[in-house]
Amino acid sequence: MRETKYWTWHMAAGVVILFLLGLHMLIMHVGGITHLFVPYGGEAVSKSNSLFRDGKLFFTVTYILFLGVALYHGLYGLRTILFELTLKPAAEKAITFVFLVVGLGLFGLGTWAAVVTHAIAIAGARG
Amino acid sequence: MTEIQRHDNRLGIWGWLGGGRWGIERYAYILHRLTGLGTLCYFLMHIVVTSLRAWGIYPWVEGGFFHRPIFKFAEFLVFAAFAYHAFNGIRLVLVELGFAVGKPIEPVYPYKTSLNVQRPLLISMMILAAILLAAGGYEFLGLAK
Repeated sequence: MRETKYWTWHMAAGVVILFLLGLHMLIMHVGGITHLFVPYGGEAVSKSNSLFRDGKLFFTVTYILFLGVALYHGLYGLRTILFELTLKPAAEKAITFVFLVVGLGLFGLGTWAAVVTHAIAIAGARG
Repeated sequence: MTEIQRHDNRLGIWGWLGGGRWGIERYAYILHRLTGLGTLCYFLMHIVVTSLRAWGIYPWVEGGFFHRPIFKFAEFLVFAAFAYHAFNGIRLVLVELGFAVGKPIEPVYPYKTSLNVQRPLLISMMILAAILLAAGGYEFLGLAK
């Protein structure tokens, strides 16, 4: 029942990522067509446009949410693929532990970076 | 009991060759996994690289290390992987939850299987993925200004 719960979260995470990553792609990678959230013109990934978005609480919160959901979806997917090899229980536990550590570590790094850049962007906006 | 309408099997023996052991859905699932793994590899690096902005380092802006044609092409590949993985993922979720299975009927020719619903769903999802890919290609080729 536990794996069913994890699989359900995996599918739900996929649906959430569909919207968040879809928005991310529309802003960053199809920005020349959509021109979303690029008040300074030019490339969507320019420093000024990046700082603009980082200064918005909406983006900081959604970046952190997006980060957590995407890490879970990706690492659980990889875990599922590896577990199809029908490994020994000890190996499965080790893989789960490593993915948990890597996932939490990267989540911590990304969250810290999002919060710090939000503070930097706001400080810069205030002059 | 209502009379079952029977039809001639116009394909005959040649109809046996239409199946195959692995349908296209199986290959679609393999590609779904490959695109997922590729996206995951990129994503793990992406987290580290984008976190550099906390130190004021923006290697992806014009003039930066990642602003080179090879990386722009790799970025397009990631976008392509996302387009395929997203739309095929929608299809998989619908099938997993039973929405794209169709209703069972008596096994009388012409048969109806879940493929009568799943195959059009796969084709429509691939068309949507191709449209998104075309939009991405338009952007990456620098045609969108």
